Amino acid sequence: MAITQLSLFLMNQPGQLVDAVGAISDTGANLRAMSIAEANDFGILRIIVSDTDKVCDILKEKFLINRTSVVAARMDDRSGALLPILAALNDNNINIEYMYAFTGTGPEEAYVVLRVQDAETAESVLHASGIETLSDENLSL
Amino acid sequence: MSRYYQPEIETAPREKILEIQNEKIVRQVRHVWDNVPYYRHLMEEKGVTPEDIHGVEDIHKLPFLSKADLRDAYPYGLLGTDLKNCVRIHSTSGTTGKRVVAFYTQHDIDLWEDCTARAIVAAGGTDEDVVQVCYGYGLFTGGSGLHGGSHKVGCLTLPMSSGNTDRQIQFMMDLGATILCCTPSYAAYIGESLAEQGYKPEDNKLKAGIFGAEPWTEEMRRDIEKKLGIKAYDIYGLTETSGPGVSYECEEQAGMHINEDHFYAEIIDPDTGEVLPEGEKGELVFTSLDKEAFPLLRYRTRDICVLSRRPCSCGRTHVRMSKPMGRSDDMLIIRGVNVFPSQIETVLLKEGYTPNYQIVLDRERNNDTFDVYVEVSTDQFSDLMSQIQRMEKSLEAALRTMLGIGPKVHLVAPKTITRSEGKAVRVIDRRKLHD
Repeated sequence: MAITQLSLFLMNQPGQLVDAVGAISDTGANLRAMSIAEANDFGILRIIVSDTDKVCDILKEKFLINRTSVVAARMDDRSGALLPILAALNDNNINIEYMYAFTGTGPEEAYVVLRVQDAETAESVLHASGIETLSDENLSL
Repeated sequence: MSRYYQPEIETAPREKILEIQNEKIVRQVRHVWDNVPYYRHLMEEKGVTPEDIHGVEDIHKLPFLSKADLRDAYPYGLLGTDLKNCVRIHSTSGTTGKRVVAFYTQHDIDLWEDCTARAIVAAGGTDEDVVQVCYGYGLFTGGSGLHGGSHKVGCLTLPMSSGNTDRQIQFMMDLGATILCCTPSYAAYIGESLAEQGYKPEDNKLKAGIFGAEPWTEEMRRDIEKKLGIKAYDIYGLTETSGPGVSYECEEQAGMHINEDHFYAEIIDPDTGEVLPEGEKGELVFTSLDKEAFPLLRYRTRDICVLSRRPCSCGRTHVRMSKPMGRSDDMLIIRGVNVFPSQIETVLLKEGYTPNYQIVLDRERNNDTFDVYVEVSTDQFSDLMSQIQRMEKSLEAALRTMLGIGPKVHLVAPKTITRSEGKAVRVIDRRKLHD
């Protein structure tokens, strides 16, 4: 299970992000979620797309790209919904490196993307607490 | 006290200097032929024997020595006397195979210290002076070279060595140092630190500074002179020939007088090896006329400069060389340390990077800035910022270990380093040192 996040190494200069997003757009894939981490000289663009393999194949010609397994946990789009997810991980001593969220395709549905050391373990912990997670196949919706 | 340390030789008529050089070169070539098989072999290959050398006009017949020869011959191959006659070594700052070890007899050290004593007196030094030596002591020639000369002149010598600026300033102010010896960038740094501590230029007792071991500009000289309230003198030398004091500036500050009774200088075309006439720009080549332990003949310094025999109003008759205007090979001098781009390449490969990099040198507040841009490869790229930053730090540490000075590493995307005509531009030097 788990989903595949693509990370792109971008220089911290004008034009880099528009190039990357333009390239994703050209593949026809849907950009479901994104987040950027920035340092002085460069940034890391992390994306979740509808057709990971295709996007990765096309983008790797032009960009330094990396695939990482991350957990996308489903939650209701309402106050307090994130808490049980974090509590379940915390109870099992699982550290979160970074996270970001996106809304789902269904009504009042949202997802939180969690980058942890071991996606598989984190996922089983969440499942045991009755929390659903996405797999790559669900992303093309 | 005189304006000269050894007036009879420093102001000798040109014919006298030539006579000394002619006599010494004949003896020196014989000494090398008899004692240095490495060079004798080079002479034999060129078909030259000591009988062919009657004076300096025959020096052009001798083979050159290069840095590569010094590495080949490491450590004893160019030794000109029994080790038991040697009393000291010094070594270049280079690392990993670039290191050169030079040997000295007591006689060699005496003559070397005469040279630095001449430089100190030319900068106005007398036995009343307090000389603060903040060149590094140890393998580096700077510290002990100026130290010995300072003793010869009879100055009170403060053997500070480099670093610990607060302590440098404390001794400078408490003991009333009058002559400062260090690298020009450190002199500028001391000047800034003094100002930061609330001292004005007139608060210190310094009158002169003798600065060398790295390239510096006229602009930097004026800046240092203003900051410290002194007159700044340039000094030149290299470990291969002895150390600082091969040449030095007088009060005219118009080129460095080469100590021609000890060193014969030539300017050659670096591509053809042909000797160029006076006034033409080319590679500086030195022949040690009287060194016993490390008697290098026709050593190619790689420094590009110009010689002038025009009379100098200071009264010294020895030829003057310009500040080096560049180097004929790819060696960089950064903060006084010799850096070869190939060393950076070695580290990158060892640490798992592609050898795609660019060195950018600039000046900030009169100090060199040293940045290395490195292309990241797929294997190293991670989605975790912390991991990439750890890689940057660890590469910086590996480079610092190899080079002796620490660059700032910047990771960049593949294929972003500027290439001109398909060839990567390895070095961008914006320091404008050779204006």
